[in-house]
Amino acid sequence: MNRVFVCGLGAVSPAGWSVAALRNALARGEPLPTQFIERPYSQTEPSSIIHHPSSHSAQPTSHRSINPSIHQSAHHPSSIIHHPSSSIPHLSRTLPQSYRARVVPPPAERPAFLSHPRLRRASPLTQFAAAAALEAGACVPSNARRGLIVCLQSGPVQYVSRFMEEILKDPAVASPLVFPETVFAAPASHVAAVFGDDSLSYTLLGDPASFLQGVALATQWLDAHRLDACLVVGAEEINWIHAEALWHFQREAIASAGAGALCLTHNPDLSIGIELEAITDAHMYSNSCSMAEAARNMRAQLQMEPQANPSRSSGLGSVRPRRLPDSALNQSPSESGATSATPYTGATPSSTLLCDGLGGTLRSGAAEKAAWADWAGPRISPKQILGEGLMAAAAWQCVAACDALTNEGFASAIVSLVGCDQQAIGARFGKAAAVGQNSRNLEP
Amino acid sequence: MTGAGIITALGRGWRANAEGFRLGRTGFRPVSRFDVSRQRVKVAAEADLPEPMPRRLLSERQVERLDNAGKLLLVAAFEAWEQAGWDRSENLPIVLGTTAAGMALGEDFFRLAVRTPEQRERQAARALFYQAQTQVRALAEALGCRGPLTILSTACAAGANAVGHAWELVRFGRAERVLSGGYEAVTQLLFCGFDSLQALSPTACRPFDAGRDGLALGEGAAVLALESLESARRRGAAILGEVIGYGTTTDLHHLTQPQPQGDAALAAMTLACERAEVTPSQIDYVNAHGTGTPLNDSAEALAIQRWAGSRANTLPVSSTKASIGHLLGAAGAVEAVVCLMALREQFLPPELAFEAPDPACVFPVVRKPASAQLQLALSNSFGFGGVNASLIFRRWCAEGTNQRS
Repeated sequence: MNRVFVCGLGAVSPAGWSVAALRNALARGEPLPTQFIERPYSQTEPSSIIHHPSSHSAQPTSHRSINPSIHQSAHHPSSIIHHPSSSIPHLSRTLPQSYRARVVPPPAERPAFLSHPRLRRASPLTQFAAAAALEAGACVPSNARRGLIVCLQSGPVQYVSRFMEEILKDPAVASPLVFPETVFAAPASHVAAVFGDDSLSYTLLGDPASFLQGVALATQWLDAHRLDACLVVGAEEINWIHAEALWHFQREAIASAGAGALCLTHNPDLSIGIELEAITDAHMYSNSCSMAEAARNMRAQLQMEPQANPSRSSGLGSVRPRRLPDSALNQSPSESGATSATPYTGATPSSTLLCDGLGGTLRSGAAEKAAWADWAGPRISPKQILGEGLMAAAAWQCVAACDALTNEGFASAIVSLVGCDQQAIGARFGKAAAVGQNSRNLEP
Repeated sequence: MTGAGIITALGRGWRANAEGFRLGRTGFRPVSRFDVSRQRVKVAAEADLPEPMPRRLLSERQVERLDNAGKLLLVAAFEAWEQAGWDRSENLPIVLGTTAAGMALGEDFFRLAVRTPEQRERQAARALFYQAQTQVRALAEALGCRGPLTILSTACAAGANAVGHAWELVRFGRAERVLSGGYEAVTQLLFCGFDSLQALSPTACRPFDAGRDGLALGEGAAVLALESLESARRRGAAILGEVIGYGTTTDLHHLTQPQPQGDAALAAMTLACERAEVTPSQIDYVNAHGTGTPLNDSAEALAIQRWAGSRANTLPVSSTKASIGHLLGAAGAVEAVVCLMALREQFLPPELAFEAPDPACVFPVVRKPASAQLQLALSNSFGFGGVNASLIFRRWCAEGTNQRS
């Protein structure tokens, strides 16, 4: 197997439209302000949808529409969010009238790529994915064979909701312009078109840990020499129904949206100095393996010697063949000199950063917290700053880990993805040694 | 391939479907899952679930929480599993394709949230079981597997991509055995969506016919047990057939329309042949994507013509969507099993409603039930969004008599 280098990073998050914005938000360590997504349907404000499901009227309903366009939402931010007011009626004792969220702010200026014909009606999900992919893929020569893997959990919820609203009003006049954007494959289709990449393009579904499945799949394609580079994008968008679904699992969850992207290659000349060193197996949750056990197993596998790893038989990815950094996974405070409250202060040429998923949902958080309970080294938890962005958050974790290697002086970074309902997968990134330096450790 | 499971509107299991495809039966009937009184089109190829549902290691409650798509998946997967004779395998990967996963539950969640927001009961379960990974996890639980679950959603190519990806895992030695396929149920969102596009046929689905006027939706699932030859031999397993080639490309032309000359389709078929180390002249049958829409079929016909050259004049082509409709994310997997049936039982699946060929069709469309000597079959799946996939299958003869290229 060949070494896999990271050749680009991209991010769109509630912190802004770049990796730099993500970096600055994480460095500040302050949770970003929340806003409220209004629940448009209530018993006190009946809409035509509620009472006239077979109405043939094409008139807009009484609720506030959700506007998927960056341009429009930049000018009409109230179309999606508002600040809570005591005058707002509540549905009942159980369902809130609005949900806390961290939304992606409008870009300072409209990005040029949005003028691409394929993005005219594209959802925010696609726009986020495209922006992150463009930032991450900027380094790849235009003549390179580039693949694309878009990872989603909730997917195009805004267009799905819009289309469902139209169906509930009158299915006979549901819009043919809306339906195509409801398909999970739409974001990857648009992003591939923006890039002009006509080779490999997959959309993967799963819980947030599936982002590392996407990374593993990219390494497989690279290993098979089918590509020169591969973009792996994790993205999500939010609206009230998405936030409400999250609320059913955790009342305090703060939904967020955006995208993150890694660009991977075998070509060391394109590398930004970061190497993918390991991906664990997919540690599935099941009746016989709890989330906590899966998270523990994931961490344990990160500590195993590569030769002892069974990952080649798993069909997922593979732990890369480099040896582990010295004691990287069992750092003591004295080694790192850092605490989790000051994530970047412990960076030393030998220290390892843990980038975890705490701050999302309580259930997976508890399992992950327990798995890394004795971790005393430097640690960042992007979700605590950015919110529960599901697949986007998983991508942010990877981007943040790689970015910290570049900008904060760590030797390596571990990403811990304990997904909400499928699996736990971990990965380790390191500073790329000169090509050939680790050749003695490569598998035959 | 050492196991194959299938459920479509033609029935459940290999026998019912093989008979149906051999004779060109159709499975269309009025839609029963939701109200279609306001739609242009009112039929689809719905599949009947067995009663009671098989559940293996799942409880009744676990099965009951799944929507039709998840249940269709279980039925097909159990058949493939049992035919393969596999035991529990901790690391068995499962690779599946779907377009809408548990959308029916998502629709219910939305309806209730809009119309009766005070009714919270089971909303969390709907949100959970709407997700593809929950359905596939249920399958893994039912089989006692704990390997990685990979779920591809490349629209109508998803099933073929899943089989192709599984084949690559085995071929490159990343797994010895993989369970792979696709599943899809007819849901209101999908039905209304295709109706809104006026892509549904108000008459009958007639792929490649000059008078074709659209597709018909169907539902079902198909699952294949793929394993390396060494593994199958070691177990003494009955081998049903071989996957020998897979090509996938991306059509950048438009979100919903293929490039008119079929460039990406041509590239996918060419790539599949290259990897199979066969030429178009060796292919005995093409199971086309053939949706029955004017744009898809003309582009695919041109692609087949360009790919096959002079062989196209005699190459039998048909689309089994004429029998069972378009199964979207399941289509590629179902059509893989159809190819397997055709190779094993040596028949060409016909399109009985076919009348007159589109001018772009230089190839003979199979119109009547016919026996044939088939060694190699190619299956096309072209997705909404532009992902195209082609798979090539080879008939498996008894050890020592297999004709290898």
